[in-house]
Amino acid sequence: MRLLGLGIFAAVIAILPLLFPENYYVTVVGVTMFFNVILAVGLNLFMGYAGQISLGHAAFFGLGAYSSAILTTKFGFNPWLAMGAGVALVWIVSYLVAKPILRLKGHYLAMATLGFGIIIHIFLVQYDTLTGGPDGLSSIPELSIFGWPINSDLRWYAVSATVMLLSILFSLNIVASRHGRALQAVHGSEVAAETMGIDTSRVKVHIFVISAVMAAVTGSLFVHEQAFISPDSCSFFFSIELVTMVVLGGMASTFGAVFGAAILTYLPEFLVVFQDFKVLIFGGILMFIMIFLPEGLFVGLCRLFTHFKQEQKECLTS
Amino acid sequence: MYRTMIKGLFACMLGISSALVLTLSAASAVHASGTIKIGSFLALTGPASFLGDPELKTLQMYVGEINQKGGVLGKKLELVYYDTSGKAKVAKDVVKRLIKKDRVDLIVGGSTSGTTLAVIDIVEREKIPFISLAGSIRIIKPVKKWVFKTPHTDRMAAAKIFEDMKKRNISKVALITGNGGFDKSGHAQCLDLAPKYGINIVADESYNNADTDMTTQLTKIRATDAKAILNFGFGKAPAIVTKNVRQLGIKLPLYQSHGVASKKFIELAGDAANGVRLPAAALIVAEQLPDNDPQKPVLLSYKKKYEAKYGPVSTFGGHAYDGLFIAVEAIKRAGCVDKAKVRDEIEKTKGFVGTGGVFNMGPDDHLGLGLDAFKMVEIENGAWKLLY
Repeated sequence: MRLLGLGIFAAVIAILPLLFPENYYVTVVGVTMFFNVILAVGLNLFMGYAGQISLGHAAFFGLGAYSSAILTTKFGFNPWLAMGAGVALVWIVSYLVAKPILRLKGHYLAMATLGFGIIIHIFLVQYDTLTGGPDGLSSIPELSIFGWPINSDLRWYAVSATVMLLSILFSLNIVASRHGRALQAVHGSEVAAETMGIDTSRVKVHIFVISAVMAAVTGSLFVHEQAFISPDSCSFFFSIELVTMVVLGGMASTFGAVFGAAILTYLPEFLVVFQDFKVLIFGGILMFIMIFLPEGLFVGLCRLFTHFKQEQKECLTS
Repeated sequence: MYRTMIKGLFACMLGISSALVLTLSAASAVHASGTIKIGSFLALTGPASFLGDPELKTLQMYVGEINQKGGVLGKKLELVYYDTSGKAKVAKDVVKRLIKKDRVDLIVGGSTSGTTLAVIDIVEREKIPFISLAGSIRIIKPVKKWVFKTPHTDRMAAAKIFEDMKKRNISKVALITGNGGFDKSGHAQCLDLAPKYGINIVADESYNNADTDMTTQLTKIRATDAKAILNFGFGKAPAIVTKNVRQLGIKLPLYQSHGVASKKFIELAGDAANGVRLPAAALIVAEQLPDNDPQKPVLLSYKKKYEAKYGPVSTFGGHAYDGLFIAVEAIKRAGCVDKAKVRDEIEKTKGFVGTGGVFNMGPDDHLGLGLDAFKMVEIENGAWKLLY
C-alpha cells in the first residue's frame, strides 16, 4: 500500500514512451525532468524531512559532473569508474563540510551553504587548466552498460527513469525507517529529539551526505547524457531552482518533490510560445501557487482532496 | 480558506491550460511544411544581449527580404529562434528543441563562444549544419564536420594586434583580461602567439567582469617596464580599464580586442577611448575603405538597410548577415535542403563577400577568413579611424 503511488507512477512512465516514442516532450524533456526529480527528491530529504536548508546543492551536482567529465576526458578513466570516483569525492567533501556547517541554523545555515556553492562555482570558472574555465568541457564519452551503449533519447529515458524510480523508492524507504522518524523528530524540535536519545548532529550529517551523493550521481549521469558541462549548469541559480522545486511541490513529501521538479521542468517548455512574456507568466504561476497553496502544490491538493471526502461523509451522516 | 484555495487553483489551471492550447496550436501551425526552416539561438537578454540583439534584427530583416523576393528554391524561409540569455545550459536545451521539436533544416546562431561550444556535441551527433556567430577559435579548431563560423577568431585578433605592435617596435606588453569565456580564450591565444611575434608579456593581470574598478591591476602594470597595454574583453569592463588607464595618467599605447568594436564602447569610455587601437571588421569603417575594396558595396548596403530600420550597426549583426547568406547560397547550390548536401556546399563556399571579409572555406578551414579581413582601427575624436 505504501508503494502504491510509486507503482502507478512507474507504470505511467513505462507506458508514455511506448505511446509517443518520438515525442520531444516525452523522450527529450522527460530525461531532464528525471534528473531534476532525483535532485529534488534528494534535497527534499534534507530540507523537507530534516527541516534544514541548502542553497548550495548545485555544487554537489557540479562536483559529480565535473569529476566524471575531467576523469574521462583528461585521464581516460572508464566512465563508471569516474562516476565512482566522483561519488567518493562528494561523499568526503560533503562529510567534511557538513560537520561544521550543520552546527548552524536558519539564515546562518542558508548563508553558509550559499557560500559553499559559490566557492565551488568560482573554482570551476577559475581553475581552467583542469575544468576548461567558463567554456566548460565537451566531447565527454558516452556511457554503456555491458557493451550496450546508451546513445539515443529512448535509451537515456530508460536509464534515467530507472535511476529516478530507485531514488524515489530509496527516499520512501528512508522516510519510513527509524532514520526517517529521527529526521522528522529533528525537524519538529532538536531539543526534544535529543531528549529522546537521537544524536541529532549525526542524523543531520548523514542525510546531508546522502542527499549530496544523490546529486553527485545525477551530475555524472547528466554529464554523459549532455556530453558537455560548463559552470553554468551548477551555478547558484540552479541551487535556487532546486529549492523552488522542493518548496513548490510541497515540503516533506517525496511525491511533492517529484511534482515540483516536473512542473519546473515542463512549465518553461510550454511557456516558450509566449516569447518575451514567458518569464513574467512563469513567475505569476509560481506566485499564485504559493499564495493559494502555501504548503506546496502536491501536499495542498492532497489536503483539499481529503477535506472534500470528509465533507461528503459529513453530508451523508447528517 | 478552502474557498480561496480553490479559486486560486482555478486561476492556475486556466493559465496552464491556455499555455498548453497555445503550444499545441503553435505546433500545428509549424507543421504546415513547405518552408525552409532556419533555427537560431541567440543571447537576446543578459550581459551578452548587445550581440544577440543586432543578430536577431539582421536575421529577421533579411529573412523578410528574401521571402518578399520569392524565397529560396521557391520555398519561403522560416526563422525559429530562442533566447539563451548567454547561458550555455539554456543553449543546450533550446538547440535540442530546435532539432528535435522544430526540426529545423540548419542552424545559424550562438552569440557567445560559451553557448556555441555547449551545443557542438549535439549538433555533431544529430548531423545538422550549424553556422556559429561566436568568436573563439576552439569552435573550428580542430575542425568539426558540421560546425562553421563567420566571425574572426580571437587568435586572429591577437595576431593582428601583435603585428601592429611589431610595426611600432613594441616588444614588452602588459596583458590584462577578464574572467569570461571570451576573455579567457583570448588570453590563452595571446600567450600562445606572443613568442612567435617576438613579444614578451611582462605582466599578466586579470579582473572579474563584474568589477567596477581596475586601478589595482593597472598600478601593478605601471610598475613594470611594459611599452604597451593589451586588454582582451567585451562588455563594460574594457571601458572601465580604458578610463582607469587615463585616470592613472598611464601614457602607454592601449590596445583593445575586436570585442569592443561597437559604438557602445565609445559611449561608455567617453574621451578616454580616444587613442585606443583595435582590430575590427571592416563594417565600422565602411565609408573609409578605398573604392576598389570588394567589400565596400556589401558593407554600405547592409549598413544602409539596417540603419534605416533599427539604428546604428554593429559588427555583430554583420556576422549574422554573413552566416545567413552563406547558408542561403549553399542551399541554392545544393538545390535542396538535404542536410549532408547543404553541409558540403557550405564547406565549398569560395569568394563569398560578406561583412566580415571574403570567405574561402575548405575541408580544413571552416571559417575561411585571412588576417587581412581584420582592419586596424584607432579611435579618434569619438569615431573609428581606419589605419590599414
